[in-house]
Amino acid sequence: MPSSFRRLDEPGRQWIQVQIDGQTVRVAAGETVAAAILASGIQSCRTTPLSGQPRAPFCMMGVCFECLMEVDGTPNRQTCQIPVKEGMQIRRQLGRGRGYI
Amino acid sequence: MKSEVIIIGGGLMGLSTAVHLGLRGVKATVLEKDSPGRHASGVNAGGLRQLNRHMDEIPLTIAAAEIWKNIRSLVDRDCDVEFNGQLRVAETQEELNTLQKRVGALQAKGYSHERIIDKDTLYRLVPQLIAGCVGALYNPDDGSARPFHATSAFRYKASALGAKIHSKVEVQSIDKITGGWQLNTNQGTYTAVNIVNCAGAWANKIACAFDESVPLTPKAPMLMVTERLPPFLKPVVGAVGHKLSFKQMQNGTVIIGGAHLAHLDMQQQKTEINFAKLKTSAQTVSTFFPHMANVRIVRAWAGIEAFMPDNIPVISASSKADGVFHAFGFSAHGFQLSPIVGRIISQLILDGQTELPIKPFDIRRFQSG
Amino acid sequence: MAHHQLVIIGGGPAGLAAATTAANAGVECLLIDEQASPGGQVYRAITDIPPQRAKLLGPDYQYGRMLVEDFNASKAIHQPSTTVWSLDAQREIGILHNNQAALLRADRVIIATGAMERPVPFAGWTLPGVMTAGAGQILLKSAGIVPNNGVVVAGSGPLLLLLAWQYMHAGVTINAIVDLSPKRNFWTALPHLPRALLAYHYLIKGLKYQLELKKAGVPFYSGVADLCALGKESIEAVEFTHNGGRKRIETPLLMSHFGVIPDSHLSRSTGCHHYWSPSQLCWRATIDPWSNSSIEGIAVIGDSAGIGGAVAARHAGRLAGLESAHLLGCIGSKERDEKAHQDRRWLAEDLHVRPFLEALFRPAPNLLAEPENDTLICRCEEITAGTIRQAIEDGHRDPNQIKFLTRCGMGPCQGRQCDNAISQLVAHELGNDIEKNEGYRIRPPIRPLTIEQLADLHEAGEAK
Repeated sequence: MPSSFRRLDEPGRQWIQVQIDGQTVRVAAGETVAAAILASGIQSCRTTPLSGQPRAPFCMMGVCFECLMEVDGTPNRQTCQIPVKEGMQIRRQLGRGRGYI
Repeated sequence: MKSEVIIIGGGLMGLSTAVHLGLRGVKATVLEKDSPGRHASGVNAGGLRQLNRHMDEIPLTIAAAEIWKNIRSLVDRDCDVEFNGQLRVAETQEELNTLQKRVGALQAKGYSHERIIDKDTLYRLVPQLIAGCVGALYNPDDGSARPFHATSAFRYKASALGAKIHSKVEVQSIDKITGGWQLNTNQGTYTAVNIVNCAGAWANKIACAFDESVPLTPKAPMLMVTERLPPFLKPVVGAVGHKLSFKQMQNGTVIIGGAHLAHLDMQQQKTEINFAKLKTSAQTVSTFFPHMANVRIVRAWAGIEAFMPDNIPVISASSKADGVFHAFGFSAHGFQLSPIVGRIISQLILDGQTELPIKPFDIRRFQSG
Repeated sequence: MAHHQLVIIGGGPAGLAAATTAANAGVECLLIDEQASPGGQVYRAITDIPPQRAKLLGPDYQYGRMLVEDFNASKAIHQPSTTVWSLDAQREIGILHNNQAALLRADRVIIATGAMERPVPFAGWTLPGVMTAGAGQILLKSAGIVPNNGVVVAGSGPLLLLLAWQYMHAGVTINAIVDLSPKRNFWTALPHLPRALLAYHYLIKGLKYQLELKKAGVPFYSGVADLCALGKESIEAVEFTHNGGRKRIETPLLMSHFGVIPDSHLSRSTGCHHYWSPSQLCWRATIDPWSNSSIEGIAVIGDSAGIGGAVAARHAGRLAGLESAHLLGCIGSKERDEKAHQDRRWLAEDLHVRPFLEALFRPAPNLLAEPENDTLICRCEEITAGTIRQAIEDGHRDPNQIKFLTRCGMGPCQGRQCDNAISQLVAHELGNDIEKNEGYRIRPPIRPLTIEQLADLHEAGEAK
């Protein structure tokens, strides 16, 4: 499935590498983890702990808490508020069994 | 409006009294100045604890535990009860000795509901507990319920039995009239033969109307709750040497209490979290459960509760006024007692006596001379 | 404990203007902002945005640069990347910066937390691929990220057109613009039109966007109702009622927008008095003409006190800055009033357009108060409108009781997404005024804080 988002072709973008669910992904420096996820074609960042519904970033401004993911080992981070960093370990929070959120 | 019994306060004690009266055919009227369960009843930690109670409360707590075990038969709902035990951790041999002494004293009186568990059993029950603790006081039959669900269940049942529950009705003064009492409220007057004072943190105001003021202090103990975590803990954990109440709910969140107090403005009925003090609770949690370090607190709050100087409640007939009864001052551990307290008060009203030993809770203990 | 004369919370136009004005009048002031750079949501990324992207955003956005330059030139201290998780009535402020929590105090506090999108529950609003228009704007402003494969923009409000217009210039395929403002809004808005013409530039801008979009052939649907997003793992299509029939449009993205409301979580948790605004359909802080709240020493300014937009926020910010300078003894009341004169006039002029916009873009009443029983109201705890209706039927008569009973509003977002909806749903079911039923009592920390951060809580300015 093609990505729902793309980055505008802007000169001078800096690129870094992060790990998303163990895969090395090139993302733009300065963007948030949530933005990077969306631009990388990832549909959902987690499933809900109650019914297992897929969810994705919704408000991008820190008020909806839908964009929670595991960042560098810590679950439930608000990824729309965290800038990407070189080598960052990002994981989706999938499955009710994990119990997070 | 005339009623045989008016209960002031729509918290658990008042609603439980209404249920027990209803079961014996008396349709009480409950006057609640806010909404049922708005204060201590609805927002406490929901502990069903017999463990480590004041000696005088033990007959009541045991009788209450019997009711909780089959709470559905009383109120038709299970109130989300769980019986995964409660324990009180000893960090040193000295603390364990104190606990052992208590168990000895209890056994001498014929009580067997509390027992000592050794280190291995403790770590089997609480694997995430910091290493180095030596044992604990334990009651496997203790547990927890969801406080607002319990309050609501008592409320539904009381209504089903014919009780009238009025929210936003605040009693402003009480007058003696022939054959009973007239209660003047912000919503008109009510009359009754009997009055039950279950007004919690506001109970002294009612007691004063009968000229029996009590040294009641309203306080607002703080609680906090975390985000959901994978299941890691069944029993409710307390500690001998620290203020701690630590419990993982069925939904994965962890409720943390520690009896540290919020700022309280009784005039405005407003509590304000004191983070400098709540910090102590977080430190205690870090000490006992280091794996909680990165867990997020999503909410902190405080309910307004009545504390007595001796930390045991008033459960008695009035010493000054006919047909008046008191049940208040539970000093932040009344939740578990509520089903039995309602029964006791209903017995006092209808039979003039109860089989349970309530003398230590008499209101006269605060009256000089 | 670290102490400041004035602490301003929020670095959008209101906060920046307040800080600049107060600092220039001699007040020692600290501006705390969640973002890494000043500007707020409206001027997000203004300081480091690539020129090409800035051009896409239009001239209004560029104005933010001046605000930031003035702020930088002032003596106000800027503390970026810092969240405020608590503010009490004694003006003790809990902050989190670099993973460290601290407490500080101020003689005066100005809350300038701005606005958030009005959360409106509709069928499918939790599906991946459904986002707010504000989210679309943030992606564009701060990261230069746009829809790749088409987008539907739906709802009501000026931002909808602006986003579509910006997307069009960025070469994005707009599958449709779906206007959910009820058609009768035009007639209720009409009496406000003469006054709105006093601020005609706003109206001209709106018309310009609309004309350009139509000229470009973007499909427009107006007078639409019953919007829903369909899909399994993510959105596949939107469906809505238009001209009496159901219309379906395939789309991998839906940006929805129903206007903005104040981000009042902080002012409400502090205990400032709020009232329900029937025209803006949200809780608003009760403030005086200088934006002072009901609590001594705490002001609520700009969009966080009621939606007026970026220009009005800037003027309100200046007024609050002058008032603070006056109350802190830096300027006399005469100087304050003289300096306030222009801003007060401009503020009034700018607000002329609001009653018209509020009436024109007012969301349909049934959209807010009558969600279907199986629509999720609380996204976090997955509580449906049906569950809430059942709780009401069982005798739980206000949002707080329903929260205790159902956990609606107890999840990680702490009720931000269901707060407005539940207030309206409860009032509708009970047939009473929203204000009669107390809104959610907001509990701190209003931003999650870890056990370790709280355990290490220290007083700002001191070593741990």
